[in-house]
Amino acid sequence: MRSIIEYLREIVLGIWSLLKGMKVTSTYFFSPGKIVTQKYPENRKSLVMLERFKGEVVMPHNEKNEHKCTGCGICEINCPNGTIEIISKVIITEDGKKKKAIDKHIYRLGMCTFCALCVKTCPSNALAFSQKFEHAVFNRALLNKILNKPGSQLMKGVE
Amino acid sequence: MLPEIVAQNTSASQSVPWWKFFYDFSLLTQPVDVWLKGSVSPFWSTVIEMAIVGVLFLLFYAVVGLFLVYAERKVCAFIQNRLGPNRIGPFGIFQTVADLIKLLFKELIPIKNADSFLFNLAPFIVIIVNFMVLAAIPFSKGLHAIDFNIGIFYVIAVSSMSVVGVLLAGWSSNSKYSLIGAMRSGAQIVSYELSIGLAIITIVILAGSMQLSEIIEAQRTGWFIFKGHIPALIAFVIYIISSTAETNRGPFDMAEAESELTAGYHTEYSGIRFAFFYLAEYINMFIVASIAATLFLGGWMPFHVGSWDGFNRIMDFIPPFIWYIGKTFFIIWIIMLFKWTFPRLRIDQLLTLEWKYLLPINLLNVLIMAFIVLMGWHF
Amino acid sequence: MDIQVKELIADEKQEYIINMGPQHPSTHGVLRLVVSLQGEIVKNIEPHIGYIHRGIEKMCESITYPQIIHLTDRMDYLSAHINNEAVCLTVEKALEVDITDRIKVIRTIMSELTRIQSHQLFWASYGMDLGGQTCFFYGLRDREKILDIFEETCGGRMLVSYNCPGGLMYDIHPNFQQRVKDFIKYFRKALPEYDTILTGNVIFRERSIGIGPLTLKDAVSYGVTGPSGRASGFSCDVRKHEPYSAYDRVNFNEVIYNEGDTYHRYLARIEEMRESMNIIEQLIDNIPEGSYAIKMKPIIKLPEGEYFQRVETARGELDVFIISDGNKNPFRLKFRSPNFVNLGVLNHISKGFKIADLVAIAGSLDFVIPDIDR
Ligand code: SF4
Ligand code: SF4
Repeated sequence: MRSIIEYLREIVLGIWSLLKGMKVTSTYFFSPGKIVTQKYPENRKSLVMLERFKGEVVMPHNEKNEHKCTGCGICEINCPNGTIEIISKVIITEDGKKKKAIDKHIYRLGMCTFCALCVKTCPSNALAFSQKFEHAVFNRALLNKILNKPGSQLMKGVE
Repeated sequence: MLPEIVAQNTSASQSVPWWKFFYDFSLLTQPVDVWLKGSVSPFWSTVIEMAIVGVLFLLFYAVVGLFLVYAERKVCAFIQNRLGPNRIGPFGIFQTVADLIKLLFKELIPIKNADSFLFNLAPFIVIIVNFMVLAAIPFSKGLHAIDFNIGIFYVIAVSSMSVVGVLLAGWSSNSKYSLIGAMRSGAQIVSYELSIGLAIITIVILAGSMQLSEIIEAQRTGWFIFKGHIPALIAFVIYIISSTAETNRGPFDMAEAESELTAGYHTEYSGIRFAFFYLAEYINMFIVASIAATLFLGGWMPFHVGSWDGFNRIMDFIPPFIWYIGKTFFIIWIIMLFKWTFPRLRIDQLLTLEWKYLLPINLLNVLIMAFIVLMGWHF
Repeated sequence: MDIQVKELIADEKQEYIINMGPQHPSTHGVLRLVVSLQGEIVKNIEPHIGYIHRGIEKMCESITYPQIIHLTDRMDYLSAHINNEAVCLTVEKALEVDITDRIKVIRTIMSELTRIQSHQLFWASYGMDLGGQTCFFYGLRDREKILDIFEETCGGRMLVSYNCPGGLMYDIHPNFQQRVKDFIKYFRKALPEYDTILTGNVIFRERSIGIGPLTLKDAVSYGVTGPSGRASGFSCDVRKHEPYSAYDRVNFNEVIYNEGDTYHRYLARIEEMRESMNIIEQLIDNIPEGSYAIKMKPIIKLPEGEYFQRVETARGELDVFIISDGNKNPFRLKFRSPNFVNLGVLNHISKGFKIADLVAIAGSLDFVIPDIDR
């Protein structure tokens, strides 16, 4: 007799636990307000990335097309995987002195691991992260970017 | 050949308004039958009728299969707080059509050392079995391809043949995962046949007939799940459980078990052959759901309560076809909810469930039902 | 041995060899298990590893200490922050820098958040291994909330790279505290749901109770740590025994069970999420003021010697061992990864169970394959 009661108890408890689970799932089924999917390409306009999101490394320029990079090469040394390559040139300043300046700041997005060491160690805060995350291109070569814009100059007062 | 339920007023069929068809399809089919029999010889009229029915079923098969795949994806998406397919067409309704087109274009990969004859045959066996069962299902009043006098018996007998297809698929594809999947499914389907049979017998005892149309007719005064109260309810639960197992759906999808066997018996199938298996699974679900609706929820019979004539007449305004579809999809929804809620059983637990729980309860249930029918204790 | 040769031998022993992986849904990555079966019963398992070996330890020998951090992200990517912390703690220990309380507390909170999100993913994928796909989406849905917190403060979602020797990369985001509090409020409500769907479910209990038992003796001799070890009664929580960061100032229980089966390995993780939430709640309201990073020399050189640090990741004990010859990069750096060691016990505990159980056992040990291979 005991064993029969035990047997029935087992069945009832088992079915009860299953019903409880089904209650949870069916509640979700009937509450479409809880859907978390974001319709991505449609919501592009309203999509705001968090401001610290590491999308890609950029070099902010001001409206006079000036940046802060002195071409010191510290970011290149600190990058763990050779993503950054600095090509510098020698310019002659107004007072006639020779000075090293940035020619090309090459950034290979395809290799970057977003460790933020370059941004953090740059002595003149010339680099920053942008929130752009749509990086897909048809050609790998397009991922090699030159961060200083053509014709840009060193910002006044940055050494 | 077509409907054998003879409508009362065939003679007046020329003048019935079109909406009447929704309430009794024999008004539509009977004149066609009469006209065909009158214009060609009996042999050719039968052939033509068979061809028409065949084409209709093919169409029905594709539409229902694709719709169910879509429905399943939507249902599981809503359960999981997702949107589901939403790219192709409004609400993504053409997603499965697009998938089918994609599968049609895919290469049929030949498997090295596979038994190619059986390998190619297996999907067709599954599909043919599906069609054979569909023939006996009453979709609506008068919309019924064959009304055997042993209808439900025929359904049980034919539907158990699908295991042959699954076994062949697993055996012939020369893959270890497939073989394990097929063997599991063999053990599973063979044992769950028993429960399905007994659950159906419970209802047959109550109905006193095996003919599907008569079973439905017997529910004119109330569906069997209400008429047969406790034993019918138990039989219903057992039927739902074991039919889920028989269609190889979660939580009994041992044969596929994608986290263990990648895809079970159809691991090696590609392209349209895979689509056949996939569609067959969904049509199978549709079949078991419509059998459940027919046996327990009155098939196309509207919701009637004993002698409340006014109420019954109001219910009759809803066409029987809608009733049938509504009930079937309700049961399909329950089966889907099972799949998306529960973890999978292990193969030995599956057999334990059948032989230690479902079978004894079922046998006892048949006895109780017989007793209740004998004493007239049903409504 | 060649697989064909193995099959010949297996035929003689009437065994059936199947290859699980490297591409298999339930090995959670590129792990290959050569399983000998008799019918459905597992006779022997041979794990083959190395499909995602990247030589992280060797790479570490040629880069500087701050650069090592970003590689540790990529070992156990679900405990990224804890791995970062391990290396930073070792370097700080070697240089004898005193980090501020603020750093300690923030690191602890972040570690516990990492632990919760890792266990959430465990719950999700364990449910899926057992066939309940819905669990996967519920788990990921809740995990997303933690990832958003990470993204807001660290800029990365999974590979956070938030630590650096001497402190943190940035200060916490102003919203951080509020978001964490919101999350805990939300998750305290969501966790009982996990229990309803999986823990209490009769099918789940049947599938996991008594499966793959690991005794205390075996757990100790195989060195199984983390929740898997604690489920066997092995008190191995580094946070308790050798507190680092701010663990010495919080109250929490070490979750210990004695049964050691998959169910209790699972339960240990669920309970740990509760404990982690307790820890966070104790710290989140009183993050001390102070600087978030100690100024370090531009080029960090460890003095000659050997340095060692243990931390508790979400899967067990991670040890970092650095031999330095006084240069700016380590002479040798060794990680004792918990997953590699835990994998060793798989064959031992899953013999005699069915294939379906093997999936459950492997799931309950909660591997992260890149951490096994490194
Ligand atoms: S970006 Fe910064 S670190 Fe790099 S070269 Fe320019 S100034 Fe130097
Ligand atoms: S984020 Fe890291 S990997 Fe990328 S460029 Fe900067 S230093 Fe190099």
